[in-house]
Amino acid sequence: MTSGVEPVEESTAEESPIVGNGDVVRARQTVRTLAQQARLSLVDQTKLVTAASELARNTLTYGGGGTMRVSIVTRGSRTGVKVTFRDDGPGIPDLDLALTDGWSSGRGMGLGLSGARRLADEFELVSAPGKGTQVVVVKWAR
Amino acid sequence: MAHDESDRLLSLLSEGRDEFIARWVSTVTSTLAGRITPAEVQQDLTDLYGALIVALRDGGLATRNEAYGEVRSLLTELSRSRARQGFSPTETAFGVFALKEVLEPALSRSEDIAAYLQFARVLDDLGLYTVETHAKTREEIISAQAEQLLELSTPVVKLWDGIVGVPLVGTLDSARTQVVMEKLLQSLLDQNATHAIVDITGVPSVDTQVAQHLLKTVVAARMMGAECTISGIRPQIAQTIVALGIEFGDITTKATLADALRHALRRIEQREAAAGIGGLA
Amino acid sequence: MTDRVPILKIGDVLLVSIQIDLEDQMVMDLQEDLSQRIVDTGAHGVVIDISALEIVDSFVGRMLATIAAISRVLGAETVVVGMRPAVAMTLVELGLSLGGVRTALNLEQGIGELRRSRDEGPVRR
Repeated sequence: MTSGVEPVEESTAEESPIVGNGDVVRARQTVRTLAQQARLSLVDQTKLVTAASELARNTLTYGGGGTMRVSIVTRGSRTGVKVTFRDDGPGIPDLDLALTDGWSSGRGMGLGLSGARRLADEFELVSAPGKGTQVVVVKWAR
Repeated sequence: MAHDESDRLLSLLSEGRDEFIARWVSTVTSTLAGRITPAEVQQDLTDLYGALIVALRDGGLATRNEAYGEVRSLLTELSRSRARQGFSPTETAFGVFALKEVLEPALSRSEDIAAYLQFARVLDDLGLYTVETHAKTREEIISAQAEQLLELSTPVVKLWDGIVGVPLVGTLDSARTQVVMEKLLQSLLDQNATHAIVDITGVPSVDTQVAQHLLKTVVAARMMGAECTISGIRPQIAQTIVALGIEFGDITTKATLADALRHALRRIEQREAAAGIGGLA
Repeated sequence: MTDRVPILKIGDVLLVSIQIDLEDQMVMDLQEDLSQRIVDTGAHGVVIDISALEIVDSFVGRMLATIAAISRVLGAETVVVGMRPAVAMTLVELGLSLGGVRTALNLEQGIGELRRSRDEGPVRR
């Protein structure tokens, strides 16, 4: 299979702010709409929307607000949805620790990051103290 | 200069239109050996020829240009239907390359050579495009078949009022277990079933990952309000499970499907008795 | 002020039917309102219908577990009914199993479950 080396193309991107409680609900709806457009199965839609919900709440709670960018991506014949969360908050000092189940610095259950990673097909976390946090998740249609 | 060439090509193609199409159709038809009627080929190629002229006029020789959109979509359709009918990629691409052969005699003047070479490049591009589309369509067909196979190999059956079961046969991988899980949970809802039995008598081996999936299915069923029993755990598999250190926790397991069914029936009886609507059972 | 999820009383059972995608604040409010209503009404059971919910994330999942625990302390049993298959599969993947929460396929079975648990006395899980 060559799909591993084929470039990822992006389309229908939507960007929205995550600054208030209502934005978490709106983020879920935006992701759901694009996941439906990308023809993700119902279970995969649910997984991606749930991951986005966790990450949006993280952006709000730990990052002090930020932005979400959702786009439909294609690689070869596969279609998927990519969701990127960005904030300029305090950042995460220890990434491995943050991805451990049950570890939490706030009011959550500590399942946000690790759970989102399990729910997505691809997961990327970039963060450093004082540099903010960026999380990217991708879910491919089966 | 490229402009002159495409102008020259355009006038040539427009003037010789009917003749070229006729020769194109006959060249292509002869290679397809009667598997498609000449009338169909005539229709396809006439449309394509028309679109090609329009594309050359608006977009010149750049096949990546938007002007070639119509040509591409016609080619996509053509390759797809050819792929479905079982033609080889070569036969499909030849449909495009044949136009070169047809044009060759007409472009005999020396100043036409450059134009011909340019046009040949256009046709090469388009030919490759059909090959690509052809391959993509075949891939789609294969993955659709794989999916059908998956669906067929995992029937969820109603065993009793309120009890559904899945007899699993063959090797379990992640994708398949996922499908089983989805179908089983959906049938709980559809059948209003409070009990599910996953029978793994026909599963040759269970590794950590498969055991994990079975566990997840049981937990998901429980969250929906149903009880899930795993039956048909053969001695070797029981040994593997213990050796791998997989924790089956408080999941109900039974040696045979019959035991599991008896267990489920007893549970339903107990519930009905407790709810005061028993006595009939 | 955000909307609040209505809590209905039928006999000695409180019924909460969540019909819309909940904001976090509404989740917190519901937790508070429900505890208060259990005390006020002396209800023996709580049924939370989530059949309309398209997703349950860890925040809502935790709320369900907390409500079950709180109501048990207050002498009422909680049953969560109508979880969709896709939601159940997602929750498992997320790492939640709602261990201490009673569940049922639908409202009818949920109420039956409550009736049984009251006849049987305190439940063991």
